[in-house]
Amino acid sequence: MELKEVTKTEGTMDIQDILKPENLVYQKTKLLTDTPMHYCPGCSHGVVHKILAELIDEMGIQERSIGVAPVGCAVFAYNYIDIDWQEAAHGRAPAVATGISRVNPDAFVFTYQGDGDLASIGAAEIMHACNRGENILVVFINNGIYGMTGGQMAPTTLEGMVTATTPYGRNTDLNGYPMRITNLIAQLPGTSYVTRQAVHTAGGVRKCKRALKKAIQNVLDKKGTSFVEVVSTCNSGWKMSPVASNKWMEENMIPYYPLGDMKDSVKGEHSEN
Amino acid sequence: MARVIGAVVVDKEECKGCSVCVEACPHDVLALHFEVNSKGYHYSYMKSPEACVGCANCGVVCPDTCITVYRTKAS
Repeated sequence: MELKEVTKTEGTMDIQDILKPENLVYQKTKLLTDTPMHYCPGCSHGVVHKILAELIDEMGIQERSIGVAPVGCAVFAYNYIDIDWQEAAHGRAPAVATGISRVNPDAFVFTYQGDGDLASIGAAEIMHACNRGENILVVFINNGIYGMTGGQMAPTTLEGMVTATTPYGRNTDLNGYPMRITNLIAQLPGTSYVTRQAVHTAGGVRKCKRALKKAIQNVLDKKGTSFVEVVSTCNSGWKMSPVASNKWMEENMIPYYPLGDMKDSVKGEHSEN
Repeated sequence: MARVIGAVVVDKEECKGCSVCVEACPHDVLALHFEVNSKGYHYSYMKSPEACVGCANCGVVCPDTCITVYRTKAS
């Protein structure tokens, strides 16, 4: 690792006195591979990958973890987290995860899907997998756009939002309304923990990590499907800088997709709030 | 009360210059360098290292996990 850019600090302490292994407070978890991520600069995918890798490492379930990668920007997720992975057809990750978790009841199985994958082409699969209460974790990245294919409108695109296929903004008469799919899923009795988080600030990342930890624990305790939506940015698709898109997300996405837990119980019980 | 002092090491070849860490830093320690790395990105570096308290906010928000954070009490 490069140390050149770190200059000597003012005062008595030399920078080399600080950069010692015993002073280490944060470093890349060993579950993340050395492959550079192909994501655009500032993409929320990298942060969510990192949180998942940290949690799998901290909970000591690397050998039991099986991820199901989607079609979309996260299609190469299997290159970045050092666990077992299976690639699914577009939108079919919950169906594939169902099979994996039923033949490996002790495995921690999760799907990692975007909004084009989960809320559009895979809407039937996710609804039925959650309704059956499959013992899986679903990580849903909602950035309101199809990022990989060039920024087309997704079901979660906000009203008036300009995309490649809605150049005058999403018109609700023509294109329908933005879909709060997490709210729909919270009503299904098969789910145990349904929450919506964001990773645009350090506090948000820490909260999201706590939520994902609880969701993973629910899967390990066989409580039913856990569903974690992460409201994210797509700075390339939105055509903004990473910092500006974080700000835009806070001002526009979060009012429509409010953060917080929607359901926290066990499979078969209704406790939606 | 002993003053807490920190330092961060940015892997400048991994950094994509998104500047999310620059925004996340509460003490304005980080900035983007005027030079670019081999990918052509203006990488993040410690502009004012004396202000760092090692809160690790930069490392937590970094999408490419290229920041390592150290913290100790100032002697």
